[in-house]
Amino acid sequence: MSKSFLEVDGLSKVYPDGQGGELTVFEDIRFALEKGEFVCIIGHSGCGKSTILNVLAGLDEASAGNVVMNGKEVKGPGLERGVVFQNYSLLPWKTTLNNIVFAVRARWPNWSKEKVKEHSERYLKMVGLEHALNRKPSQLSGGMRQRVSIARAFATQPELLLLDEPFGALDALTRGVIQDELVKIWEETRQTVFMITHDVDEAILLSDRIFLMSNGPNARIAESVKVDIPHPRARATIFQNPAYHKTRDYLVDFLVNRSGSALPEEDGSPRLVEPAKGAAEASSATTESETAARAVNA
Amino acid sequence: MASLNVRAALLSVSFLILALGLWEMATQPPEALTGLTEYEMLMGGVEQESRVPPPSAVIKLAWEELSNPFYDAGANDKGIGIQLAYSVYRVLTGYLAAMAIALPVGFLIGMSPLMYKALNPYIQLLRPISPLAWMPLALFIIQDSDASAIFVIFICSIWPMLLNTAFGVANVRQDWVNVARTHELGPLRTAITVILPAAAPTILTGMRISIGIAWLVIVAAEMLVGGTGIGYYVWNEWNNLDLASVIFSILMIGVVGMLLDLALGKAQKLVEYKE
Repeated sequence: MSKSFLEVDGLSKVYPDGQGGELTVFEDIRFALEKGEFVCIIGHSGCGKSTILNVLAGLDEASAGNVVMNGKEVKGPGLERGVVFQNYSLLPWKTTLNNIVFAVRARWPNWSKEKVKEHSERYLKMVGLEHALNRKPSQLSGGMRQRVSIARAFATQPELLLLDEPFGALDALTRGVIQDELVKIWEETRQTVFMITHDVDEAILLSDRIFLMSNGPNARIAESVKVDIPHPRARATIFQNPAYHKTRDYLVDFLVNRSGSALPEEDGSPRLVEPAKGAAEASSATTESETAARAVNA
Repeated sequence: MASLNVRAALLSVSFLILALGLWEMATQPPEALTGLTEYEMLMGGVEQESRVPPPSAVIKLAWEELSNPFYDAGANDKGIGIQLAYSVYRVLTGYLAAMAIALPVGFLIGMSPLMYKALNPYIQLLRPISPLAWMPLALFIIQDSDASAIFVIFICSIWPMLLNTAFGVANVRQDWVNVARTHELGPLRTAITVILPAAAPTILTGMRISIGIAWLVIVAAEMLVGGTGIGYYVWNEWNNLDLASVIFSILMIGVVGMLLDLALGKAQKLVEYKE
């Protein structure tokens, strides 16, 4: 097996449960990402998605297992992995522009002032905020703040971009607009992205693959669902693609009926599923075992 | 309808006039109803007991003092400006020395739970001590009254700055620290570019409380050590039974205290941020 860009091997997180025992939030998480892939991870609250992302970011430590990126083990945070947090995490005493400048200067300390500024402005323009350079985050709406946060992450051109439910706090309309922008930026940059979301439609619009997590405690990444819809995609037209509905039905079925009991392959890697492929049509009448069997065959 | 500000100003001025008027009336010397006795004539009138001077006398004295605030006619006769300057100099020296200790130590305590736990009992023990209680010890050890007054200012202004710095630093949002971490900032750069600006409003609040306390304490400290300063001036004029000067200097203490507070209020505005 050839080495992937990012390899996650046997990750688990154990907390003391407060009564002298231990609580395993997730265990034996295994997956690999290829360069340029956009992967979303979906699961119910409490399955440890955010912890997995924080471990990838180096902000949290796993109880067991390891993460290898580009052949090097991930230990602690680093500029080659950019993070967009759900609550934006902009520095409120800095202007929009200076929030980006802060990141760009950290990334390329030897750049001249002009170059840093020019680079930062380019990325703010990408998210349509060239008119708000000198405003403080408190003067921006939630959507604009998250745009700044996305611009900051993309501006440092990390090899892996980690998005922790970036649109969770936004209203549906704003969310749609920023999703479109994210699609656009991603088409331009083809960054490798690992993103947490609760939104099935968002996952289908953005990802190449979707990881489905079973419920915690002892949560696993049970399945890896291929989204067989060609790029570039658009929010307004994606639902016309028949693969969209098949994928969507499959995801919803998993989240509603199967997330409690789903298990990965024997070797711990997620089952590969292609719900939009040929006969693999998910109907509500199929039983759990049939679905699982088909998933193995797919 | 005039704006709120105009109405408030009008009301303020009316209160002032009312208070001054009442004060003026209450402090008029009683009229001699009958002819003066021989003794009274000998003493130059009915006015025997010293009374609180009327506002007109205080204003007249204030005018004289303020038109030449920096005269120096010997050890016991200096202008109000010189006395205030001595006090401000002592307050600022003690205050800056306290800042030089409180900010770094506060940072240390705020960043390290270990240091916090280790030092907290001492801080809690030393903090409630009246700064003037240190005066005898300071005088004995330092052997210099001026430096002892400065030390008392130092010891009273250090605690609010220290505790507020520690509190501000300890409560910087983890998200912002994480931003520094994901951008690979070293500890020093994190402290300067993220933690300091994040904690600055809390630190400035502590500094503002400290300057207020320092200005309260300097008056009492100077009454004790004597020589120069506004505290000494008040006490000296009391000994001279010059109550107009006492009242005037009380007002000046208020004015300078207000200016110090305003200056730190402005500084606080500069570092404030909205989330």
